[in-house]
Amino acid sequence: MATTLEAPAQGGLPAEGASGVGVRVDRVRRRFPGGRGASAVVALDDVSLHAAPGEIVAVVGPSGGGKSTLLELVCGLQVPDAGTVRADPAALMPQRDCLLPWASALDNAALALRAQGMPRAAARERARPWLERLGLEGFAHARPAELSGGMRQRVAFLRTLLAGRPVLALDEPFAALDALTRQDAQAWLGRALAEAPRTVVLVTHDVEEAVVLADRVVVLSPRPGRVVAEIDVELPRPRRRTDAAVVERRERALRALGVTS
Amino acid sequence: MIRALALLALLIGAWEAYCSLSGIDPLVLPAPHEVAQALWEDRGLLWDNLLVTAQEVVLGIGLAAVTGLGCAVAVHLSPTLRRAVYPLLVGSQTIPIPVVAAPLVVWLGYDLAPKLAIIALVSFFPIVVTTLDALERIDPDQGKLMAALGVPRLRAFRLAEAPAALPGAFSGARIAVAVAVIGAVFAEQAGSEDGLGHLIQQAIPQLLTARAYAAVIVLSLLAIALFGLLALAERRLLPWAHPGGGPA
Repeated sequence: MATTLEAPAQGGLPAEGASGVGVRVDRVRRRFPGGRGASAVVALDDVSLHAAPGEIVAVVGPSGGGKSTLLELVCGLQVPDAGTVRADPAALMPQRDCLLPWASALDNAALALRAQGMPRAAARERARPWLERLGLEGFAHARPAELSGGMRQRVAFLRTLLAGRPVLALDEPFAALDALTRQDAQAWLGRALAEAPRTVVLVTHDVEEAVVLADRVVVLSPRPGRVVAEIDVELPRPRRRTDAAVVERRERALRALGVTS
Repeated sequence: MIRALALLALLIGAWEAYCSLSGIDPLVLPAPHEVAQALWEDRGLLWDNLLVTAQEVVLGIGLAAVTGLGCAVAVHLSPTLRRAVYPLLVGSQTIPIPVVAAPLVVWLGYDLAPKLAIIALVSFFPIVVTTLDALERIDPDQGKLMAALGVPRLRAFRLAEAPAALPGAFSGARIAVAVAVIGAVFAEQAGSEDGLGHLIQQAIPQLLTARAYAAVIVLSLLAIALFGLLALAERRLLPWAHPGGGPA
């Protein structure tokens, strides 16, 4: 895994450390031992997930279906009990934003760069244009408490993107946002990924979000999580949630989840 | 504030009424007007001794803050240390101060050092506990975020956790103010030539009970002032810790 950062290319942001694997999770099983008397929990059972370099794969499924576990496997934070995980270096965007309350939006966005050893001034220099690109130019010096929920997610996403890793593991990034803010968030996420292409594993319980953003949607069953459907979206971007083709894929995913309308 | 003053006036009124109606010996319990008189007549004496005690308390809490922060961080970073040190920390709080005061005076002499040691000893515990609490409240996802990037533990701590300890240390110091003042009195009574604790110890056998009570009131005012100053300093230095306005 490369740990050095290269000079930024014009426009987009290069990801380093890519060996061209993308994400290859093969027939993985993950089981957590139960507490006293409780039986063990099988979070994932025989799950395979492939994302080619540059591909955006959404994972949808009910709560408790092992989606977060899958991301932690991709990030190397857990090891599978069976099966294999191969992935380019990944940056994690956890469910809660985890912004540092004492640091400005700019410093929060630059945190991963600082964490990799970049001096403060250089890290801020790198992060600043991205704040502007996501419409946060007036808020570089605002602390998280002064930001709206949508703005906080933008900063958290930038922190993930600026880590410079080829893979982004996004764990229900917009679950806590209201419906309108979420649509806005999906729009800027789409724009940012168009500018700085990444291999993305996006975990969500919002089927519509999955279809609007992803190249492919993987549907997981309730615990133990198994892949019950894979849907190729294959639609041009930007997509509108009201397009017939988007609606059709959404219905297919919902049927795979056992939700009939 | 007005309500607090009204309650105070009521309590003083009840105290005064009790003293005049029960005919209790003023050497046992002086009436408020006698204490007020002592406060005025001994103002120079009280002020000089207040300066001594205030210096001890401020330096002692400062010492406890530095060592308490360091200890909390070490325990936070090492679960082994946590298991080893925490029971000792709790145990250290059960040591009655007069018991340790004597050997400390023998080891450290009659000047500032034994007082600082005692005040720091009693202030240390609340500071360690609140600081550790603040560090433990950090979202575990924060650690995952850093771990996924392969950030070394100490650097991750410095960037993403260390500042979270400061509001905890401040809360602990505010709690410590009250016990620190009591600690200062015991420390001075174990061996000292000045300070409000020493003054109280001298006043009682001299049958100057009102002066002893006056010294107690000055001690309370010292504690209130320090508590307020710490709250003010925290609001100034760590505005992010109180996004909804000032501390309650």
